[in-house]
Amino acid sequence: MTLPPQIDLAHDVGKRTHHFHGGLRLRHNKKVSCQDPVERPPLPELLVVPLLQHAGDVAEPLVRIGDRVLKGQQIGHCQPCAAIHAPVSGSVEAIEERPMSHPSGQAGPCVVIRPDGMEQWAKLKPLGDWLNAGSDCLIEQIQNCGIAGLGGAVFPTHAKTRDGRDRNTHTLILNGVECEPYISCDEMLMREQPGKIILGARILRRALGAEKVVIAIEDQMGAVQKALTGSTEFADSKNISVVKVPTIYPEGGERQLIQVLTGLEVPAGGRPSDIGLVCQNVATAAAVAEAVAEGKPLIERYVTVTGNGIERPRNFLALFGTPISHLVDCCGGYTSDVARLVVGGPMMGYPLESDSAPVVKASNCVLALTRQDIAAPQAEMPCIRCGECARVCPAMLLPQQLHLQIRNGLWKTAQEYGLSACIECGCCDFVCPSHIPLVDWFRFGKGEVRRLALESEATELARKRFEDREARLLKIKQERAEKMTRRKQLLKDKAMQQDRIRASIQRAENKGRTITRESPGGKPDDA
Amino acid sequence: MLISILIISGLGIAFGLGLGWAAQRFRVDSDPVVEKIDALLPQTQCGQCGYPGCRPYAEAISREEADINQCPPGGDAGIRALADLLGREPKPLNPENGEETPKTVVLIDESRCIGCTLCIQACPVDAIVGAAKLMHTVILSECTGCNLCLPPCPVDCIDIVEAEPKPPRWHRPRPQTGLDRLLVQ
Repeated sequence: MTLPPQIDLAHDVGKRTHHFHGGLRLRHNKKVSCQDPVERPPLPELLVVPLLQHAGDVAEPLVRIGDRVLKGQQIGHCQPCAAIHAPVSGSVEAIEERPMSHPSGQAGPCVVIRPDGMEQWAKLKPLGDWLNAGSDCLIEQIQNCGIAGLGGAVFPTHAKTRDGRDRNTHTLILNGVECEPYISCDEMLMREQPGKIILGARILRRALGAEKVVIAIEDQMGAVQKALTGSTEFADSKNISVVKVPTIYPEGGERQLIQVLTGLEVPAGGRPSDIGLVCQNVATAAAVAEAVAEGKPLIERYVTVTGNGIERPRNFLALFGTPISHLVDCCGGYTSDVARLVVGGPMMGYPLESDSAPVVKASNCVLALTRQDIAAPQAEMPCIRCGECARVCPAMLLPQQLHLQIRNGLWKTAQEYGLSACIECGCCDFVCPSHIPLVDWFRFGKGEVRRLALESEATELARKRFEDREARLLKIKQERAEKMTRRKQLLKDKAMQQDRIRASIQRAENKGRTITRESPGGKPDDA
Repeated sequence: MLISILIISGLGIAFGLGLGWAAQRFRVDSDPVVEKIDALLPQTQCGQCGYPGCRPYAEAISREEADINQCPPGGDAGIRALADLLGREPKPLNPENGEETPKTVVLIDESRCIGCTLCIQACPVDAIVGAAKLMHTVILSECTGCNLCLPPCPVDCIDIVEAEPKPPRWHRPRPQTGLDRLLVQ
């Protein structure tokens, strides 16, 4: 397929919608959490802020136990990654391993803060004149404020923006398509703070050097469209359009949404910036607006607390570090038949073992499921090759084949079958009549491939270090040997000299003449 | 008749000279098989195979002095890869060389370390830093888990710890299959 010229694409994004392969139509279950307006829950007793919140490495803590921190003060530093800030003012009670809302269920380093209730802000540094600020300046502000993709992947926004700018992005796509059932935090944000999203869109557009912004929302979000278009009219916002797309899961996936808006596929192994597009979540845009216009770091987010296991489902604007149990209490607690707690949606979320885990940058939804919601566990049966999984796969993979390769440890063929292109949406899992946990296999396979790559890197390093050491030891040995021979030579020379001196003395005595003095060269003086 | 004999022998001489020149010009100094074997070895440099490092072991295999089942850190997978490369039958790990164990690293208990530098000299990959009479420590990302630093330590301040993958290195474990999956739930 030949790509149409870039400039045509720039005008075409969002003009008409296209289709992506596969996908599912799922029940939304969103209304139940959209009834009440969004509120900030009361301050919890303790906030536990994990130092690993982004795609990337664990941040270095910048505070010590007993320190007083101010709201918005930076407490975690991670250079290529985004910063982490204190969500409240208070004192640091501990820096220790705590459960941290991660699919592994493992504990990790967290900063535990006891709020003092004064809500005293650190000195914020807004970019007053952002309309005239350079791209680098905006990107630096975004990094310092700790902004990361709030759609769930938490990829640092500054890195994505810089990459997009360096590769001539023409269109910024704001993703307001929240296709997973139950989750409604982005919808509530778009309804309540449309102005902030539009402001964020303009800032990101400037930072990217893009011309156009397309905000994609689901076709059932009527109120949202009204709110957003209302805001675009007020702020001088040319080239910002709101596009409704049909709700099919997983349309909110970056690649799927781009396919729907442009009809083009992001190349396998590539990024959207390869075709001149950058995709950001609407909540990320709102966070960027706060960071640049007010200097406010990312310390809170919209979180949906919902499911049949919650008494009064609703959305919160929750500070990072707030224990999930605290949010559930503010919703009236669990119902009596609650059976499982999930972070994220029912398709891609991960089960949580304890509700003491905190809200982090990635947590968009807390879902409490009852026994009726969870399908009865069924024995996994052999694959019958029905091909349903391939029919629904939005990445156009062959899940049945891929699964067999992984099961047999054939990592190379698994990669040839496109393992890295799997977006883990769970569609194949959902339709599999043999109840094979396909996505679990794919996640395992991806992890294993990554581990093997890291291992071979470590092996290479060890080889190099071993060889360097061998070379060094050899060199030292050679040098020592050389020194020894030189010294031996010197000794020999000295001995020879002495011999010569003695010989000439002998000669002189034999001749019966007086010896005046001998030169160091060993030749007898003729005087 | 004469012309054809001349042409054929002329060609023969020309090709012979060409090949002779190429053999001189593109001579391979080291044995390429050694490189290939070395690439399959885990580079732990632990010496459990009986040779002072992975490369010496690779050289010994290529000279057919050593067997392919003497590397415990490589384990069964390593033996299979070597068998594939050399066209031999895979065989179980030689128990005389040790057992296949999960990957570990070492940690120096800094409060007990006396700064003798013996472990620094023993480490085959220079993964221990420190100076005489000063505290030593292990660069964990470079430790291969060979445990060669343990015997020389006079105060036994080096411990073996399992290298458990923590987030963000963590990844989902292998799914439980079939019946056991049902039982767990």
